[in-house]
Order: sequence, then C-alpha cells, then structure tokens
Amino acid sequence: MYQYDQYDQALVDARVADFRDQVRRRLDGSLSEEQFRPLRLTNGLYLQLHAYMLRVAIPYGTLNSAQMRMLGDIADKYDRGYGHFTTRQNIQYNWIKLEEAPDILADLASVEMHAIQTSGNCIRNTTSDQYAGAAADEIVDPRPYAELIRQWSTFHPEFNYLPRKFKMAVIASDTDRAAMRLHDIGIQIVRNAAGELGAAFFVGGGMGRTPMIAPCLNGFVPISQMITYAEACLRVYNQHGRRDNKYKARIKILVHELGKEEYTRQVEAEFAHLLTQNIEPPAAELERIKTFFADPAFEAGAPDTLDRSNPAFAAWVDTNCLAHKQAGYIAVTISLKPVGGIPGDATSDQIRLMADLAKAYSFDELRVTHAQNIVLPHVKKADLFTLWQHLDAAGLGTANLDHIGDMIACPGLDYCSLANARSIPVAQKISERMAAKQHEIGELKLKISGCINACGHHHAGHIGILGVDRKGVENYQLSLGGCEGADTSLGTITGPGFDEDGIVNAVETATQVYLDHKQGGERFLDTYRRIGMAPFKEALYG
Amino acid sequence: MKILTGNDLKSGAVTWWDGSGWSLHVEQAADVGDQGEAIIATEQAARRVVSAYIIDGEPGANGPRPAHIKDRIRALGPTVRLDLSLKPADANAGNWVI
Repeated sequence: MYQYDQYDQALVDARVADFRDQVRRRLDGSLSEEQFRPLRLTNGLYLQLHAYMLRVAIPYGTLNSAQMRMLGDIADKYDRGYGHFTTRQNIQYNWIKLEEAPDILADLASVEMHAIQTSGNCIRNTTSDQYAGAAADEIVDPRPYAELIRQWSTFHPEFNYLPRKFKMAVIASDTDRAAMRLHDIGIQIVRNAAGELGAAFFVGGGMGRTPMIAPCLNGFVPISQMITYAEACLRVYNQHGRRDNKYKARIKILVHELGKEEYTRQVEAEFAHLLTQNIEPPAAELERIKTFFADPAFEAGAPDTLDRSNPAFAAWVDTNCLAHKQAGYIAVTISLKPVGGIPGDATSDQIRLMADLAKAYSFDELRVTHAQNIVLPHVKKADLFTLWQHLDAAGLGTANLDHIGDMIACPGLDYCSLANARSIPVAQKISERMAAKQHEIGELKLKISGCINACGHHHAGHIGILGVDRKGVENYQLSLGGCEGADTSLGTITGPGFDEDGIVNAVETATQVYLDHKQGGERFLDTYRRIGMAPFKEALYG
Repeated sequence: MKILTGNDLKSGAVTWWDGSGWSLHVEQAADVGDQGEAIIATEQAARRVVSAYIIDGEPGANGPRPAHIKDRIRALGPTVRLDLSLKPADANAGNWVI
C-alpha cells in the first residue's frame, strides 16, 4: 500500500502543528468559536450531540496493521474504548476532548494518517472497492488512481471552498461495490476496444434530501487525462454551483438544473482549455504510486481447497468470503454486525485483534468497507480456519454479509446532532428479530438513516428506513427497491410511517411478502422489481 | 420553563446552566426565564461554555426534563450505550428518554 514520501509527511506534520496552535489560541481566547469552527472542521473535529467527534480519514479504505493498531490505541487513550466505522470508509470517535485533539492528530501522523478534509466544503476522502487488488473481476487495481486523486485534491487551492462538500469514488470492475453512481463524481476505470485504459466519469450523483443517480458524462477519458477531466468537472461546479442555498448546493442539483447535456458541454469546453495548460500530474508519479500497490508475494501453488467439515465455518465461508484472483487465496469480510450489535462499532481490543490478524494472515493489509465492515483482502485458504477461530472467539465471526443482519445504520439521534430519530435501536431490534430467518431470506441490503441527510444510505437499500421527527416523536418511513451498484436504483416510500416497534414489524412483513412471491433464485430486490409495490403495500397497510 | 444547555469548551461534555455555573446534570438546570440570551453571551465570552442554546424544559419531581427527545438524549447519553451514560448503573435509564 501507499507510503508517504517526505512531502506527504511534512504536509501532515505541519498541519498537526498548525492545529495545535489553533487549539491553544481557542483555549486562551485569541480565537472565537466562530473563528475556530471552520479550522476544527477542516481537521475533522465536529461538536456532536455529546462531545467533540473526530473523523479520521482512511484513504480508499486501505490500512496496514500499524495504522489499525493505532486506531485501537487512540480509542483507549483518548476516547471510551471503541470506534465507529462509517459509510465513507472512515472511522469516528465520539468522546474527544478538544485539548487532546492535537495529540491525537500527532499520533495519527506517526502512522501516516490524518483527519484532513474529512469535513468542510472540499473534496472528501476518496472511496473505492474494498476488494481492490484482490477481486477476480477488476481490470486493474483502482487504488493508484484513487491515490492520485487524493494527492491532487489535498489542499487543492481552488477547491477548498466549494459550494458544498464533494465526494468521489473510484472502481475498476463492472460489479460496483462502492456505490459509485451515488457520488458527486464516480469514476470507473475501463478499457476501450483498443485495450487502452480510461476513466468513465459519472457526475452528479448523491443521496441526501434530493437523491440522484449520476449520469455518465463521458464513457472514456484517457487515463493520462483523468485528473484534468476531474478538474474540469470541479471548475464548472465551483463556478456555477449555488452558494445561496445549502440544500441546492451539491453538484447533483447543478447537473440536474443545467441538464446533463449543457453541463457536459461546459465541462468539455473547460477540459479542452485545461489540456492546453498541462495540469495533469506527471506520468512518472502515477507509475511511482503503482509500485506501492503491486501484488503481495503470493505463494505459488498454495492449496486451493478448504476443509468444510465444520458447519459454522463452512457457513461463514459461504457468506463472508469472496473468490480471490490468486489461486489458493480468498478475501474475507469481517462483519461488524453481530446479532443485536451496533453496526460499524468495534472495541479497541477488536480493532487491535484485526490488526494482528491482518499482520499474520493478510500481508499486513485491511480495508474498511462502505457497508461498515472490515476486509482482510489476501488470506491464504490454508490459514482460513485458524483465522475464523480467532475472529469467532472475539465476536467477529458473524456470518451475515449482505444479509439483513448486515445492515448499514448511521449513528442517528444517539450520537448525531443533525439526526431526527435514532437509527441504532431500530437496527438492533431488526437484527435480533430477523437473525434466525436471514439465511432463508438470502441477500437483502437494509439501510437506515436517522435523518434526510442519508448517511445510512437508505435511498439505496433494498429495504430503506428513514427516521423522521413527527412533533417530537420518532417515526420511520419504509422504502423498497433501492440498490447501489451497476443497476443503481432509488427506493420508493411504501406509505405512512411507523413507530419504532411498527417499523420492525413492517420489515418482517416485507420479507414475508418476498418469501411468499419468490421465484427460483430471486433475491428480495429481484422479486420486488418483478411484482412491484402493490403486494407489499397490501400486506403492510391492508 | 426555559433551560440552557451547551458544551464544555475543553472536554466537549454536555452541560446545563444551574443558576451560577454549568452542571453535568440536567436535574440541576435552572429556569432562566427571559435571561437565556444574556447568560449565553456572558458565559460564551468567558469560554465557560460553547454552542449554548435555550430549550424548553418540563418541571419534574427530580428536576427539569428537556421537552424534546434530542435534548433528553444529550442529557443522559446514547440510549444504546447506557454504560457510557450519566446513569450507567440504572438499567431503566433509557425510559427517561423515551
């Protein structure tokens, strides 16, 4: 994985020193809260419902074991012994003290990490496929391109004060595992008929109060011009994006209001101009970055078979493991969704254990997924049973990937000052109610948000739940038919909302409608798309 | 009744104006009547609190209770981690929120 050069390290170290001085000035009164707030936000430090919250960037979700161990140690040293992995492949700590925040950033910098641009109206952490470098279906590893975007976008002077926050994702396979088309810019690395690499640009997607699926602006930008094209997309947005209304300030609104054709025309014109300015990073830099993402030293001829005699192990393999491009290896997803647990939370001990297991069994590498799980990307099949035993003993062996128990849930009103309703208790109740039935149901992606900002991706859930405030009482809207991936779709609200217990019943009812109407190997989503909303509404509302 | 809440500048902890200072316990919150904005201005200028605001409270046998669920959760802590709340030994503490 990527390692900092002297410029990266100097930049991060300097930011730590800057922020230490800013905190000192805030505490001694030299800075008002109004002056300080944007400074702390640009370092990922929010003031949340109970305390300061620090969001740490995990570029394209990739970590080594030393970094993961540091995340566990920070949870103990500065927080309350746990962290929350997010849908942006980051981690958040909920109980941070302002006076200790500079020390945390210094500890992060010691392992080449930071919290820069995890908030504010700038280009945020670029996300990617959690199986990058391991998946059999990718045409290249997308992470070097994500890293190039990270370097280009970090402290980009023109894009530090955009109309609104800006999120990018990069994938390199037809199977979209990063919700790419629900980002401000989604990039799919592709090959043309001549075998040349290029970037397909999908621009103007997003969730929030106005969900949009990003249209494809340009299906093939030569890879040697990818950054230039991204710059053109951002420039047009920066010039015309609305700054008078934060609810209409995202690029998806601009693309929608201008229309795809007019926005594309302006981007192409800017792109043509920028091509004359030679702003693309040198090809040598991309080649340097690529060397950090070379395949690890896979063992040739490693046994490609598994002893499946332990039923629990076999069930976990079938559910949580993905075929690897290298014979004898497998990619493992560690579910952070135990039955009745808090989605995405991990204790400091669990975090350190996952670090140790990555060191021992996965070439020192881990990934955070946008579905709030952890991946060990390169596990030798011969080690898999031993690995599973370690995970299972630590409460990390839940076999539920992409099942109803593997739900995404935002922190909701238990932690978030923007939320209108609690997400986590609903997730816990559904998890417990549906645990015994989830393998009969099969693939079903359930996503819960505690407010219209949609951090829990409810628009993209096969079953989506949105918590709202109805005269001071929590209420939950149910939607069906959302989907991320190559066939991205947005969910449709079923009808009137439910109270906390009612929404749990409604989810169970919806799954029963599916089971009653399922044909062959249909997933929940397939059945919904075939039979439509009516049978579900009938069952839910009579 | 009107009560004041905010966060401690250094620790970020949720605090409540008790009439003479800031308490961690909402039960000690004072009814500020129409003096809320003036108290906030003074206290924020002195850096004794940050992001302070006025909320509606309801008088109760053990002291004020915020009228809205969001502030009741702020007062107690996350309902899903009562071990981290101000009443970790009270298994029914979450009922006060709902």
